[in-house]
Amino acid sequence: MSDRIEKRIEIDAPVSRVWRAITDHVEFGEWFRVKLEGPFVAGRVSRGRITYPGYEHVRWEAVVQRIEPERLFSFTWHPYAIDPKVDYSSEPPTLVEFRLEPTAGGKGTLLVVTESGFDKIPAGRRNEAFRMNEGGWGQQVKNVEEYVTKTS
Amino acid sequence: MKPSARAPVFAALGDDTRLALVARLAGGEACSIAQLTEGGRLTRQAVTKHLRVLEEAGIVHSARSGRRALFRFDPRPIREANDYLAGVSAQWDRVLGRLKAFVEGEAGGDRR
Repeated sequence: MSDRIEKRIEIDAPVSRVWRAITDHVEFGEWFRVKLEGPFVAGRVSRGRITYPGYEHVRWEAVVQRIEPERLFSFTWHPYAIDPKVDYSSEPPTLVEFRLEPTAGGKGTLLVVTESGFDKIPAGRRNEAFRMNEGGWGQQVKNVEEYVTKTS
Repeated sequence: MKPSARAPVFAALGDDTRLALVARLAGGEACSIAQLTEGGRLTRQAVTKHLRVLEEAGIVHSARSGRRALFRFDPRPIREANDYLAGVSAQWDRVLGRLKAFVEGEAGGDRR
């Protein structure tokens, strides 16, 4: 277990193409399966409705954080907010970042997606000690996980 | 697990001292504050403070035994938080698989 999720995926298309698929709200909606009300604008709330079969009752809401052309797109949201009876707005949001890098001489794209903040402590407010310990987090938690499995 | 119950679990585990306490208690045996302080560099007060954070997150429970409080590990909150993250992680795998198929599925890969 870790308090952040990181996904790396190689896409066989140039960065410019992947960038458009991620930041054009219509294209984003195609693969994310969401109908968005309008374009992404940094600092603005993005709203829409999930179109994935069985989840049409779920509303999409995120706050766009950064749009750095062909490099970084990020937003904050409430992950997995699929129960319409639960009010997720009081929960701390997580930060989702899409980072793009060219590969194969510009023919391909390495997309790194991270989601962080599950511990609700905003990165900027973490004390120095915590930041210094972050590197050890993965291993430490692995240890705990082993214990947990052992005691289950 | 309610979403509100998860953040304290992640936050409680984001500290080496508390992880060490969890590792110690995860053996299954209930320990007193004195036992958990023994041999370590932390004061009794510091250990107590960290145990309270773990207790509020439901990771440890305390029970009185005579005049001492005994702390016992409860694996459930960590397991549930872990399952939750695995769910979010699997969701990203599906979503990004669709992105890849969407972009690569177009003729020539780059629609203009």
